[in-house]
Amino acid sequence: MVGAGIVGASCAYALTRAGVRVTVVDRGGVASGTTGAGEGNVLVSDKEPGPELELALRSNTLWRELDAECGGFEWEAKGGLVVAETPEVLDALTAFAASQQGVESAVVDPRDLEPHLAEGLAGGVHYPQDAQVQPMLAAARLLRASGARLVQTAVERFLVSGDRVTGVRTGQGDLYADAVVNAAGTWAGSFAQAPLPIRPRKGFILVTQPFAVPPVRHKVYTAAYVTNVASDAEGLETSGVIESTQAGTVLIGASRQRVGYDTAIDYTVLAKLARQAVGLFPVLADAQVMRAYAGLRPYSPDHLPVIGPDHRLGGLFHACGHEGAGIGLAPATAEMITAQVAGGTPPVDPAPFAPGRFA
Amino acid sequence: MSYDLAVVGAGPAGLTAARVAAKRGLRVALIDGYARTGGQFLRGAAQPRLTGVEVKLGQRVWAVEKSPGGFQVHASATTTAATLLIATGAHDTVLPFPGWDLPGVLTAGGAQALVKGERIRPGAEMVVAGTGPFLLPVAVTLLEAGVRVKEVLEANRPSPLMAAALARNPSKAAEALAYVRRLAAARVPYRTGHAVVAAHGKDSVEGVTVARLTPEWRPYAWRTVDCDTVAVGYGFTPQVDLALQLGCELSGDHVVADDRQRTSVEGVLAAGEVTGVAGAPSAVVEGALAVHSLVGEPPPRLLAEKARLRRFARALERSYPVRDGWRDWLTPDTVVCRCEEVTLRAIDEARDLGAHDPRTLKLLARPGMGWCQGRMCGHAVARLTGHEPAPQKRPFAQPITLADLTLHDREDNA
Repeated sequence: MVGAGIVGASCAYALTRAGVRVTVVDRGGVASGTTGAGEGNVLVSDKEPGPELELALRSNTLWRELDAECGGFEWEAKGGLVVAETPEVLDALTAFAASQQGVESAVVDPRDLEPHLAEGLAGGVHYPQDAQVQPMLAAARLLRASGARLVQTAVERFLVSGDRVTGVRTGQGDLYADAVVNAAGTWAGSFAQAPLPIRPRKGFILVTQPFAVPPVRHKVYTAAYVTNVASDAEGLETSGVIESTQAGTVLIGASRQRVGYDTAIDYTVLAKLARQAVGLFPVLADAQVMRAYAGLRPYSPDHLPVIGPDHRLGGLFHACGHEGAGIGLAPATAEMITAQVAGGTPPVDPAPFAPGRFA
Repeated sequence: MSYDLAVVGAGPAGLTAARVAAKRGLRVALIDGYARTGGQFLRGAAQPRLTGVEVKLGQRVWAVEKSPGGFQVHASATTTAATLLIATGAHDTVLPFPGWDLPGVLTAGGAQALVKGERIRPGAEMVVAGTGPFLLPVAVTLLEAGVRVKEVLEANRPSPLMAAALARNPSKAAEALAYVRRLAAARVPYRTGHAVVAAHGKDSVEGVTVARLTPEWRPYAWRTVDCDTVAVGYGFTPQVDLALQLGCELSGDHVVADDRQRTSVEGVLAAGEVTGVAGAPSAVVEGALAVHSLVGEPPPRLLAEKARLRRFARALERSYPVRDGWRDWLTPDTVVCRCEEVTLRAIDEARDLGAHDPRTLKLLARPGMGWCQGRMCGHAVARLTGHEPAPQKRPFAQPITLADLTLHDREDNA
């Protein structure tokens, strides 16, 4: 297993339960990449009808099971609230919600759910299935519960014999395996023997002071977020995404930029996030910002994750390209990979996620 | 208005640089978060005349950025300047011990600032503990404020290196001797190889456990001392946040500066404790040298003085290290990160989950995520994972309100 982020940890957990012996290799240790730079979203609300929504719905069920089986990662079925500024946007949002088969949703007066929301919003849709986990703890707990060995070193390349991958060359020597799973997140595309079109999409998160009672209860975001998630724009996009954590802080996102692997702080972008947050929750104007951090979402050209056997080399499987949804989609990804590695039929059709689709 | 030089920090280094720069005809702004100039060292001293200097006090700088003509210094207002001098000083290094989260436990620097800056007597009966010669002036300041100082505890043993350094620096030796005499006159014991290893009390400090320490700081032979306040300081940590934001090269805990105080980033100078803790006289010399990198040549006399003071500082640093035995002072219930109330037990659990470095530990157990952003617990958390304490990047050197942050959306300003 190349990668000890949420996807690698979830795969390790599912595979060991299926009787596979797993070694996880990561140059930074558990949750050191994108998993450690996110909010821990387990969302169905922002998914268009299609294969990713199916994966998200399956994952939503599996996360609840993982919380019962393993737990210890601040699982909170807090529900999502998507708000619309104008009647036109509300109409579009309501139609979108109606098209999401299998997703529970209800049109609501947003201030009934979030009393501190600004006045004057046209309305909102409540998604009770949306949830949150503490992503770093989730990866660490799942990895620990899997019993898999974690080796902290860089994977330099795949070991290839004929048309099969037989292991990986690491900074601490060669590791041989019947199967290699590439869960290397933002760097998953960069293995020369089996490249994939995975690139980084940068995002910032602002973190406020801790509140005794945070003024935000649900995951609250504007309808524009759904458009931005699916967007192909090169430039900066921001949309307000606000939620609290069990530590009492409020997390403020979300920005999207394609600027390579650069994680430098850009105060202009942070200021835009602040503006959107205060616009939605005026009560946050006086809140102190303590921290900000950047993360890189690994995205593929069609914004679908890349899950399944490599189309060029036997013994190699990919589990990557989850963009900003890796936490939410990890358990169903792990279930799919486990079926493909150890045998079986996953409940969600893997065909749309096949790595060969870009060939 | 854009300045030739913006100086952040109005302590000995920044004050000197601003004064010299103004004298040399530079347009200079001096910015400090506190309401008066002087910094930690000159806190409460008479305010110096700063003719020709634009003094901006009460301006807590939260970020600095490169801009086309130089640098922008963001506080509640933004100052622009062609050259930036970072003179942000240092803060106390502290170590956790059982009870250190009780009211009545102060940092040594904090206790001194209360007396010098606010004219507040921190307690009636106090123990001063930690390491380094700074404990002496702190104890004397407290004595003069009317505190009954019961003991001064130096964790390290007397060092031959220090004795040699003092022999070469008669003025430093005289200063140290004066402090020691003052303590002796007040019958305050100064004990080396001792530390406060626990504080006790119901709602605030009522007493402390004092232990003898092995040379590695493992405690043995404990006794209790009644007091209502304890001041602890284990040296100083340079405040390098602004330099890190600009990408200046660091060495260990401090900013790398050349003999004219130039950092690795063009246009960014650094002087004083931020370039390595060396005390106020050194900061004054470096503040002047920083200006010479902009105007004229550095006088050889200043360069020689700086070298001499830095040599002395290196001897100090090597004589008063923090040794790892403090970990034996802790119990599983000891709070390591006070802001987030993270205990040693929680830290051990996170280590068991795979947190083998300070960053992962922070992600899994939250030490350093709170108000002080790891300034208090950073040293301890790093050492508990077997790492050297290293400065962390902080995009916000000070907390700012979301409302203030919105003002930096530049497209809106344009």
